[in-house]
Amino acid sequence: MNRARQFGTLIGLVALCFVLWILTPYFLTVSNLLNVAEQTSINAIVAVGMTFVILSGGIDLSVGSIVALTGVILGMALRDAQPLALALTLTLAVGVICGAANGLLVSHGGLPPFIVTLGTMSIARGAALLVTEGRPISGFAPSFRVLATGRIGFVPAPVIITAAVYVFAHLVLTRTTFGRYVYAIGGNEEATRLSGVAVRFHKAMIYVVSGLMSAVAAVILTARLNSAQPIAGMMYELDAIAATVIGGTSLMGGEGTLAGTLVGALIMGVLRNGLNLLGVSSFLQQIVIGGVIVVAVLLDTVLKRKHRA
Amino acid sequence: MSAQPPALEMRGIRKTFPGVVALDGVDLALSAGEVHMLLGENGAGKSTLMKILSGAYRKDAGEILIDGVRVEIAGPRDALARGIRVIYQELTLVPQLSAAENIFLGALPTSGIGGRFGLLDRRSLQAQTTRLLEDLGIAIDPRTRVGRLGLAQRQMIEIAKALATPDDAPAARVLVMDEPTSALTTREVTQLFSLIERLSARGVAIVYITHRMDEVFRIGRRVTVLRDGRVIATRGLDTVTVAELVRMMANRDVTDHFPKVRAARGPELLRLDRLSRSGVLHDISFTLHGGEVLGVAGLLGAGRTELARAIAGADRFDGGQLHVAGTAAKFRTPADAIARGIGLLPEDRKAEGLVAGLTVARNIALPHTRRLARWGVLSSRCETELARPIVGDLRIKATPTQPVRLLSGGNQQKVVLGKWLAGGVRVFIFDEPTRGIDVGAKVEIYNLMNRLTAEGAGIIMISSELPELLGMSDRILVMHRGRLQTVLEREDATEERVVGAALGLASTLSADAPPGGVAG
Repeated sequence: MNRARQFGTLIGLVALCFVLWILTPYFLTVSNLLNVAEQTSINAIVAVGMTFVILSGGIDLSVGSIVALTGVILGMALRDAQPLALALTLTLAVGVICGAANGLLVSHGGLPPFIVTLGTMSIARGAALLVTEGRPISGFAPSFRVLATGRIGFVPAPVIITAAVYVFAHLVLTRTTFGRYVYAIGGNEEATRLSGVAVRFHKAMIYVVSGLMSAVAAVILTARLNSAQPIAGMMYELDAIAATVIGGTSLMGGEGTLAGTLVGALIMGVLRNGLNLLGVSSFLQQIVIGGVIVVAVLLDTVLKRKHRA
Repeated sequence: MSAQPPALEMRGIRKTFPGVVALDGVDLALSAGEVHMLLGENGAGKSTLMKILSGAYRKDAGEILIDGVRVEIAGPRDALARGIRVIYQELTLVPQLSAAENIFLGALPTSGIGGRFGLLDRRSLQAQTTRLLEDLGIAIDPRTRVGRLGLAQRQMIEIAKALATPDDAPAARVLVMDEPTSALTTREVTQLFSLIERLSARGVAIVYITHRMDEVFRIGRRVTVLRDGRVIATRGLDTVTVAELVRMMANRDVTDHFPKVRAARGPELLRLDRLSRSGVLHDISFTLHGGEVLGVAGLLGAGRTELARAIAGADRFDGGQLHVAGTAAKFRTPADAIARGIGLLPEDRKAEGLVAGLTVARNIALPHTRRLARWGVLSSRCETELARPIVGDLRIKATPTQPVRLLSGGNQQKVVLGKWLAGGVRVFIFDEPTRGIDVGAKVEIYNLMNRLTAEGAGIIMISSELPELLGMSDRILVMHRGRLQTVLEREDATEERVVGAALGLASTLSADAPPGGVAG
């Protein structure tokens, strides 16, 4: 059933591309498609973390703020002429720490994920503004910017990074004990605990994954913009949740796949790109995208209901 | 003379799910006021048939007649409008609301001008509920919050809710009850049965699903036995015996319901020394040896499940000591207990035993994932290979790769059991291991218990079914209000003694119990 569901989302994506191709031939050119893939990469990476969290029955509203915080940490490190490897390690470490804070409050503090991450969303944003005094940090060395501008063959680096992240995360989710526990905790936390699984530890780790993914996204974003901005990543949490849910992951937890999330992120990316090409105003775009999210989930619910009856 | 048409008639009902024929031409007929027992092993199709009646499922073929008139039931509202009411095994009440609000949740009375804006008519709600409850002989204050009621009382409210007639629906004609007594004490069962008799006298046709043979003969008039989606027989209960029914259900003779084999007593596996948890357990001391089945009896709320959870590391205890194989143990989590060879089969398999969305193999492998994995990498093949012999051994009617959600209750229970059979467990704690499963599967579980004890394992079996406790235990601990009331050796255990002790009537431990049975 899961497979049929993913297939449905994929058909939706293909249909969307077809419609856009008819409306504007430029859509289906290699350069534009690569452009879409590159633009989608940041949301797609954040959505990996979000998928882990939602699969486990939680939610992470702090991802956008963590993108901003880790981004400005990276910017400051680079500005202070730290070695690239050190700057990247520091960035990822901050992402892990933010995720661990979320995770510990949820798992050991026993607080609802919605509340915890609502709090850290504000804290991380505030911290990003505080350390930068609200000003962006711009202008980085080409050796760093290559993470966004570089290409292997004709494929942009962000697309390659995203693909690597997806392959690795998919293997973690399907082939490791950790991945199995993500599904099991989301499906039935108490049964999983009584089976001897260290539920609290793994729950905390799930939020660490999400924090780490936000940091990876921040690296690409900073390189792409050639600027680290404390106001970056606004509404990223909603885009990531939308990609995950359009991709068929149940907000109740326990059901969903990363392949679905990737397709979900692509649908969002293609739609934005297509509407831009068509010259649709950004106000109208928001309405269209909101509509697509609701319709996608509605279709999913209706199909599932039919399947079960 | 033309006979009255049956109150309910189902003809040639057929329903298939992907890969399974759940119902294959089932006929069922009930006259008004009849209490009709529906029997069958797990997976025989009882629940599916009732879900078609209640509109939860659509039938593939067949027809349904109410009072001789053919009706289409496309959804739960249709069923309601035809006077069909179903009480499911899982209760569907909102604990935060009052009894009255729960009963009339779908049709809360509103009043006067305010009513248009949804203003509740509380006086009318109160009056309607009082009338209904009095009518049904249920002594519960309509204002009580349901969360404060006991299970039996909730069951009563559930029945009242089913029978409460909203303005736009006809009175109940057909009432379906799915194992309504599985959580009730003997006295509560008697109350429930007198309620059923009153309903029957009023002409309500009742379909009653159960696994308890004594109930079948106590309140049923006729019985229909289902097996593998087909009707095996419909008979008057004065023309059939228990043995015949069991044979029809299982297609095999289950001559001995309790095939107890006593195993040699092995070394001490578990010793509790004045184990306490404030407000719940008080000074519980006993010893479990290898090869032994230790039954635990007691009323609901006596602390049996709490005891099981404390031993299995699911809840902490705050006093006393626990010794595993002679050495002191302190469990912080279930994982600690499992590491010391203690496995818990929880009371509520859906809420605590299974991850419904995962496959059979993955559920069985869940406690063993760390052992199966190398560097955290887990292969599906490993899990399937671990599970396959267990699936075969327990005769679970499923493949390892099916989601457990799709399995029947008995098969789900076997999956939960299977989790602890993949090695390492020496102390099995079974909390109501046979609740809600059929006779054939029960015997399979008893045989499994024999095998485990023969292999030197020890079993703590909590049960609310006296015959099962008396039939399978080597010793019986009887709990009353969080204390160990008495310990009875198999030879000395009688229904009267166990019940007496459970009610707190019998003399306490020191006076009555054979001293050899108690440690500490």
